[in-house]
Amino acid sequence: MGTKVDLNPVLEELDGTSSLEDLERIAIAIRNKLEIDHIIYHWVDGAGDQYGCTTYSGAWEERYRERNYHRIDPVIIGCFQRFHPVDWKTLDWSGKVSKAFLQDALLHGVGNQGYSIPIRGPNGQFALFTVNHSCDDETWQEFTKTYGRDLILIAHFFNRKALEFESGRQPEQSRMLSPRELDAMTLLALGYSRAQVAHSLSISEHTLRVYIESARFKLGALNTTHAIATAMSRGLIVV
Amino acid sequence: MLRYLYADELHKHPRLAEDMFRDRADQFKTRLGWDVQVNEKGEERDRYDDLNPLYVIWEEEDGGHGGSMRFLPTTGPAMVNDVFGHLTGGAPICSPLIWEVTRFCLSRTASPCTAGAIMLSGGEVMEGFGLTHIAGVFDARMVRIYRLIGSSPEILGSQGVGRDQVSVGLWPFSQADCARVAERAGIPRELSRLWFNAAFGKSGRPRFARSA
Repeated sequence: MGTKVDLNPVLEELDGTSSLEDLERIAIAIRNKLEIDHIIYHWVDGAGDQYGCTTYSGAWEERYRERNYHRIDPVIIGCFQRFHPVDWKTLDWSGKVSKAFLQDALLHGVGNQGYSIPIRGPNGQFALFTVNHSCDDETWQEFTKTYGRDLILIAHFFNRKALEFESGRQPEQSRMLSPRELDAMTLLALGYSRAQVAHSLSISEHTLRVYIESARFKLGALNTTHAIATAMSRGLIVV
Repeated sequence: MLRYLYADELHKHPRLAEDMFRDRADQFKTRLGWDVQVNEKGEERDRYDDLNPLYVIWEEEDGGHGGSMRFLPTTGPAMVNDVFGHLTGGAPICSPLIWEVTRFCLSRTASPCTAGAIMLSGGEVMEGFGLTHIAGVFDARMVRIYRLIGSSPEILGSQGVGRDQVSVGLWPFSQADCARVAERAGIPRELSRLWFNAAFGKSGRPRFARSA
């Protein structure tokens, strides 16, 4: 932890992945970069099928499955049908069953701190992206404050990838930049200031921000500079 | 007080929920004449209410519904894109860091601080969940209300004229805006955070860094 690390190179790799094993490799890379204990990506689709990747021990994975812990896991219960990020501290761990589950988890190397991001996909698909670590509350608060937004974006990038694998489909049409987004990114790449870009496109700077935000998300980037670089390297914009 | 309730939690507050859907019918159908569906119970509901949205509701001292609005992420089905997409300049608003608010509703008997309190909830949600913006759909009458409560949106696009005008607008997160809205509504930030924490967790909730 400490100063903020640059996750964009790993996300570029994420963009090029084509299998679940690759996703697992990326999860490990992000975990190592962030210097935390674990990253878990877990999906359940409309048909109840489960799928995902985790850096938890094989023993814990097996035990979790064997005991059907997903039915009592306060994280799953607290995040299902939600769309806001959830710090594990805010969940209800007070019941006897929850306490025993937590004890078992800690024994199997699960950290005491967690931050989970629920994602709603198409057709009842639901996914949960979790970062997990062992540390005191203060350290964890600092971590989530620094990386919270990045983690929310990464969670969605993971899920988008997983949806692509699942359906064997090409990156969604919705990931193509719209003409206005292309114009905005091209002008930014040319070194125009935001004010100049907004002026050139006859839009307000706030509207421009929405275009940039959407383009950034489509391009799987955490910041504008990286979004421009990605758009250029993919040949989406030419300057 | 402000209550934050997902649709699947509304049953715990049946009176608030019924009043909310009835006040929505009163506002959008009766007063504004919008083309909305009102069911046999006199409730205005649409398909977005079936997506388990998050509602924020101002509960009056007597337990009644003062006003409310509805949050949904823009990464899923959202009115700003599905219904009003032509107003945002041809690019859908789609980011995990931008949620939409719709159905901003005030009951006829709402206490004066209601609109401000609901607006303040938008600030709490943005700050608490790391959002950069909230996007909203609103009618012409709201433009004045937003100005009065101290939080005018940046308007992305409008259709119609005069009283029938409907707009899509954007509120970027700003501490200064939150402070101003809180002050005008006469609600201390501490109190408003308390309500937020009551819904989403008691202990040291992380506050996000200000920059994106």
